[in-house]
Amino acid sequence: MEAENQMQVDLGHLLAFDPYHHFPSPPKSREELVTQCLSEGTKLVQAVVDGLFNLTSTEALEGPLVKLPKPTTRLPREKHLPRPKPPTKWELFAKSKGIQKRKKNKVLWDEQTDSWKRSYGYDRVNDDADVPIIEAKMTDEPGGDPFAKRKEEKKKRVEKTEKNRLQNLKQAAKIGALPSHVQLAATALPITGTQAPPKKITKDELGSVAGLAATATASGGKFDKKVAGEKPVKHQGKHRKFLPAAEGSGMGNREKEQTDKVLNKLMAKNSHEILNVGKAVSMYNVKKQRDGRNQKGRSSFDSSSKLKPNGKPMKGDKKSPYQKSRKGGSHGGGSKKGKAE
Amino acid sequence: MMKINTPKKKRVLRELEKRAPKLVETGKKTLILQGLKTSNVLNSVLKEIYHLKRDSAVRYTRKNDNIRPFESGGETSLEFFSQKTDCSIFVYGNTSKKRPDNIIIGRTYDHQIYDLVEVGVENFKPMESFKYDKKLAPQVGSKPFITFAGEGFESIDELKHLKEVLLDLFRGEVVESLSLVGLDRVYVITAVSSDRVFLTHCAVRLKKSGSVVPRIELVEVGPSMDLVVRRHRLPNESLRKEAMRISTDGLKKKIKNVVGDSIQGKVGKIYMPDQKIGEMALPNKAKGVKRERREAKIKHSEHAAKKKKEDAAD
Repeated sequence: MEAENQMQVDLGHLLAFDPYHHFPSPPKSREELVTQCLSEGTKLVQAVVDGLFNLTSTEALEGPLVKLPKPTTRLPREKHLPRPKPPTKWELFAKSKGIQKRKKNKVLWDEQTDSWKRSYGYDRVNDDADVPIIEAKMTDEPGGDPFAKRKEEKKKRVEKTEKNRLQNLKQAAKIGALPSHVQLAATALPITGTQAPPKKITKDELGSVAGLAATATASGGKFDKKVAGEKPVKHQGKHRKFLPAAEGSGMGNREKEQTDKVLNKLMAKNSHEILNVGKAVSMYNVKKQRDGRNQKGRSSFDSSSKLKPNGKPMKGDKKSPYQKSRKGGSHGGGSKKGKAE
Repeated sequence: MMKINTPKKKRVLRELEKRAPKLVETGKKTLILQGLKTSNVLNSVLKEIYHLKRDSAVRYTRKNDNIRPFESGGETSLEFFSQKTDCSIFVYGNTSKKRPDNIIIGRTYDHQIYDLVEVGVENFKPMESFKYDKKLAPQVGSKPFITFAGEGFESIDELKHLKEVLLDLFRGEVVESLSLVGLDRVYVITAVSSDRVFLTHCAVRLKKSGSVVPRIELVEVGPSMDLVVRRHRLPNESLRKEAMRISTDGLKKKIKNVVGDSIQGKVGKIYMPDQKIGEMALPNKAKGVKRERREAKIKHSEHAAKKKKEDAAD
């Protein structure tokens, strides 16, 4: 009988499971089902709480704090176990030679300035760049720059450490134990044949590759077997548009339009200051109307620059703040129109 | 040519470290998303699940048409989202004529699909329809009690699987110590029949009783629904074994007085207790203790006793 009443309680998860519960008779209504389930739930929670409150508790600010035991039901992990870092080349070497790690001090005494300076970083002890005088040795050739030489040596040392660091990380990446904050990225692809790196192919280009290849077949790719999910070619058929052989001349003449287009493009490119005569005339008219209305005699300084074909103001004109923009406007307006066609 | 990329900002570094695999895992994040067609019921179900798991869930509100978890090619989107949001449980809702109000709860391992359970939702009652004293309302993020009742959870495969998945979905953060004041919610899950499970969310009231242990009262608070198990996919054995692995590093007891490295091998230290030589017993037994002497003594005393008797008899 005892086995019948056993409930499985997992305190680590605050879980209670009654594997022997069954409904003696199917509940007639929804409310009955709910009440039965709630009563069963109450029993189960009571069992968990019994276990919880019997654990040793410590006092905290809000109330008693209890150290939960480890959960008994095992659940799958969400990520793999962290893989141990492989030893670096230096670590292997140090182990084999028996070299111990020595504790270094963060600050060291600097004789020259009589102060404590840090051992690395800004304003450090024994900085290579701080040495004011380097005595020449017998082996030094005259005309050589020892300071530049020191800089080069340092650069070489730094490059070497960087290369070694990269090799260590590559080794770790090979076994999948790369540290979480590091990513190795390929900067350039290996050069094969020509010097130029291969061009990046866009998604659309890839999509139309099958269609391009299909045009090589005799029937233009109509009967090719398609792979599941392959979309039909976007622009099938002819790609060039030719004008009809016979067409009347006049306003709708397409050939005339075509040649006009080309001509205008050519002309527009070579002309810097095309005056839009129509626009200039209408502007003049508008201004004239406005001036006519205000008989008070608004100075006509703003209209004069527009009438000039170059848009430059007349020498006697007052310098107004709007001159620059207007100059640009007429310039831009004229040339823009030409280019847009 | 390879370049080493490390984050330039500390915030990015902290975020990356949070997402790195850990020895002991604390709580999984949940991704809630929907398919092409969702019903009103399904919308509210997903909304309520999101509210229940507010801090550790991400809700996507757009429709996704290329997610078909049970088909071989339809999982790539889910895996990409799992990678992007660092979520290892997802709840995907979709409605179709064949499967109305369908929810697929799935888990991922290393951002690959691990297992799936497909359930239909029936008789859903949202949180708003329950009337209760507002003081009892459970706080967001508190660790819930979870109770399962029913023999179906032990005998039927699908229900066993559903039990594991629901436990993973509803358990909160994995903590070492718990404050007894913050216990205020419970998920009551009952197996009603061989494929139907009744799930409800209640607030817990701790009432004074005679002893240290309080008396429990449950008040229905949150959403309640019937889950009908439709399909499920168990993880394949090798993946399951790998996912259930426990590292022995953390559990290894510290062995004292033993050091070992690759060159010397294992080296141990043995501490001898103080040998009090003056009080030790000598190896050579004392003359009087030797067996022959003892036996001879006994014989002699017997002999002496016999002689006395004879003398007395005479």
